[in-house]
Amino acid sequence: MKYPSDVKYTKNDEWVRVEGENATVGISDYAQDQLSDIVYVDFSAAPGANVAQGATFAGVESVKAAADIYMPVDGEVIEVNSALAQKPEAINSDPYGEAWLAKVKLTNPAQLDSLMDAAAYEAYCKERSA
Amino acid sequence: MPEPLIYDLGAPGRTGVNMPAPDVPLVDLPAGLVRENLPLPELSELEALRHLTRLSQLNHSILTGFYPLGSCTMKYNPIVNEETARLGGFAHAHPLQPAEMMQGSLAVMYHLQEWLKEIGGFAAVSLQPAAGAQGELAGVLMIRAYHASRGETQRNKVLIPDSAHGTNPATSAMSGYRVVEIPSDARGNLDLEALKAECDDTLAALMLTNPNTLGLFEEQVQEAIEAVHAAGGLVYGDGANMNALLGIARPGDLGVDVLHYNLHKTFTTPHGGGGPGSGPVGVAAHLADFLPGPIVGIEEEGSEEMGPVYGWHQPPKSIGRLKAFHGQFGMHVRAFTYILMQGAEGLRSVAEHAVLNGNYLRVKLQGAYKVPYDRVCMHEVVLEGRWADAPDIHALDIAKRLMDFGFHPPTNYFPLIVREALMIEPTETESKEVLDAFVDAMLKIAEEAHTNPELLQQAPHTTKYGRMDEVKAARQLVLCCEIPREQ
Repeated sequence: MKYPSDVKYTKNDEWVRVEGENATVGISDYAQDQLSDIVYVDFSAAPGANVAQGATFAGVESVKAAADIYMPVDGEVIEVNSALAQKPEAINSDPYGEAWLAKVKLTNPAQLDSLMDAAAYEAYCKERSA
Repeated sequence: MPEPLIYDLGAPGRTGVNMPAPDVPLVDLPAGLVRENLPLPELSELEALRHLTRLSQLNHSILTGFYPLGSCTMKYNPIVNEETARLGGFAHAHPLQPAEMMQGSLAVMYHLQEWLKEIGGFAAVSLQPAAGAQGELAGVLMIRAYHASRGETQRNKVLIPDSAHGTNPATSAMSGYRVVEIPSDARGNLDLEALKAECDDTLAALMLTNPNTLGLFEEQVQEAIEAVHAAGGLVYGDGANMNALLGIARPGDLGVDVLHYNLHKTFTTPHGGGGPGSGPVGVAAHLADFLPGPIVGIEEEGSEEMGPVYGWHQPPKSIGRLKAFHGQFGMHVRAFTYILMQGAEGLRSVAEHAVLNGNYLRVKLQGAYKVPYDRVCMHEVVLEGRWADAPDIHALDIAKRLMDFGFHPPTNYFPLIVREALMIEPTETESKEVLDAFVDAMLKIAEEAHTNPELLQQAPHTTKYGRMDEVKAARQLVLCCEIPREQ
């Protein structure tokens, strides 16, 4: 299980990678592993939309379950990874890279402090796997 | 050899029936409507029957084996139900017959309404909804109409436990409500404090399944219902698990304002493969005027010589019709028959044995499988299909391996709050011998998971078709049969 240290994590298993004023958002390796093979991705927020922390901006479906994906921090959507519609399996193979879900402009960067770092998130995942 | 498609069977010109010579003048169709290349199958009756019978033999049914599909109550449907449903007076009734010509059918519906009122503790019942999800929709639309009638249109949210069936949030969203998820606590109950925090003047309703989908009785159900009512909200009861309560507890007495019954689960009408389902709704007095209709009432009281005269009536503030004609009437006859055959004592015995069987499996399996919420369960038990020392085995592998033992897999990966969930509902209609055979299979599978994991991962081995590629089926969905066309 990968827990890269250049991103921060939410309790709902999203990650956010800050790049200046913007950030990239996706779901964690733990999340894709729990969902198993992902077969469908759709986006409920389009570029230009302001999405509040904790609000749904995308949904993914696997053969086991459907899951809403929540925005880790307030942001204005710049771009969604629409290529995933044709290649949802990328979320399983490269959740932190190719299979990013959205790029946002941060509108309340202070919220980043409430998220977990890699060590805390790894401990949180291991606790749930026990 | 795989079963061919029906289009690959038969031969041009072959037919199952000999049509008599027409005794009316033939008319040529307009040229634009005539098709030369309509590739319909051309089979004899015997060929068609053999094909359909072979397909049916690929299926697993309650008549071929144990079917412990959690939350679905796949109990045995008594054959007598089919006898009564086929009585000419019921089977050949036309829904547009005037009420005075179908008094027998109306009497069945009236008594079924009355019995469902008594069983659930409600003031009124409508048999209109065509299935459970439509019963839910009826319930939530009634709740919305009720709040609107009181001018409380600010009520815009519905609370739904995280263990709920997916239809609950879908129904709420479809009815224009915002869904707020309420977590479960460590004992598998609805988290009462989280619920109370959401009880304000925007609360429209709580949707509650009791016993919940963990197979557990909500221990604080009365506190939860009181909190919702104190905030002016209503409580929708999802009757999916009514089989655990029959004759023992009545949702209406607990304060549930509206509940749907699943006749196809609790009351032995056919289930699966199109059923069709049937989802009557029962309501407390303050919602009776909003019921979908028409419903059956007594127009004229009977006397010693004459039975009562039944007729249709529409509740005054009805949310309207949900279904053409009178709901799934054939299912009403079957459920009527079942309740009549059981009687009050029989219905209570159904719940007692359903709960006993659920707990029997829980106790027998709890050493080999983790029971995440380990307390006395109701009619079903939820296990985890995973072991730390067998990391490559998943609930799906266990489910598939069960097929090799002749059992239908339990519900898996639901409820979502249990990891690798296996949700097992034996129902009251199984014998101890069947339950013991199932336990033996489950224990053997738990052992194989550690000693021979490939056996599980490649299961099933004994069915005509092996493990399906569910990922490919979902990613490359093909719903159309390619029909060969003559060039």
